[in-house]
Amino acid sequence: MIKLLKSCMLLILMLNISFTVSAQEKTVEMADMMRSNGRIYVVVAVMLTILAGLILYIVRLDRKITKLEKEI
Amino acid sequence: MTEAKNYMYKSWWKITAVLLLIYTFTAGLLLKVPELAPLQETIRNLYFHVCMWFAMMILFTISVVNAVRYLRNLDIKYDIYARQFAIMGIVFGLLGYITGAIWASYTWADPNTPVGDSFSSIARDPKLIGAAIALLVYFAYLILRDSVQDMDKKARISSVYNIFAYTMLFPAIWILPRILPSLHPGNEGNPALDVKNDISGNMRMVFYPAVIGWTLLGVWITTLKIRISLLKEKKLTP
Repeated sequence: MIKLLKSCMLLILMLNISFTVSAQEKTVEMADMMRSNGRIYVVVAVMLTILAGLILYIVRLDRKITKLEKEI
Repeated sequence: MTEAKNYMYKSWWKITAVLLLIYTFTAGLLLKVPELAPLQETIRNLYFHVCMWFAMMILFTISVVNAVRYLRNLDIKYDIYARQFAIMGIVFGLLGYITGAIWASYTWADPNTPVGDSFSSIARDPKLIGAAIALLVYFAYLILRDSVQDMDKKARISSVYNIFAYTMLFPAIWILPRILPSLHPGNEGNPALDVKNDISGNMRMVFYPAVIGWTLLGVWITTLKIRISLLKEKKLTP
């Protein structure tokens, strides 16, 4: 379960990174994505970062408790 | 370990929760929403504020189901479930209340009158009072629990009270606020669930996944707390 969770989190992280990277590549030739649309994408990025942080925290807690369960 | 096959230890629904929340945060902020005069962009709060209340109701429902299960089997495990789900429900309720307060202060409050005046009219809103009563009844549940020393007595009394608290939700947040006039939307029918004329299709596409995502997140945190409680229980009674 942990491995699956780990790989999934990694996948999500990769997707996020690729998303931001592709956004940056676009800036060279086209309009800056992070600065368009009233800069709403900045808000999205901030909120997703907070969400990612909280989720990572819960995942770590989950794993710690699983470890404890195996010990006792 | 007998609980090894329990849903608490599965990860597929946790991943679903994460994916749905990521979807909520991106689509919720980026998709087109109806342009309504007093709300403007704050209409997107539907994906966050309203979901808190939906999650709260679902968590309280799970809590009362476990309370009934405890009364049927007298297995202390179900009492632990009921308690933790109730606490998480309260947390979501409080978050709903706080987010609602922020939202209301920018949409209901009249910027031309002193803050105190708009506050007194907002604070009198039956939906707010109803929600406050519902939450207070659940606070009393926690106080009642922790004031009884004996384990079995505690579990039994609080399970019975849990059923009472749940039934209090019906008048406090589902019936009375709909009878009385209110600033809060959703007086007729089922707010946010009325497919025909409540929220636009675009918003429903985000709203329903958002409700599921937030609820699953609440369930996830609750299961963590349940697992810690079960571990403690195991340590106390080897």
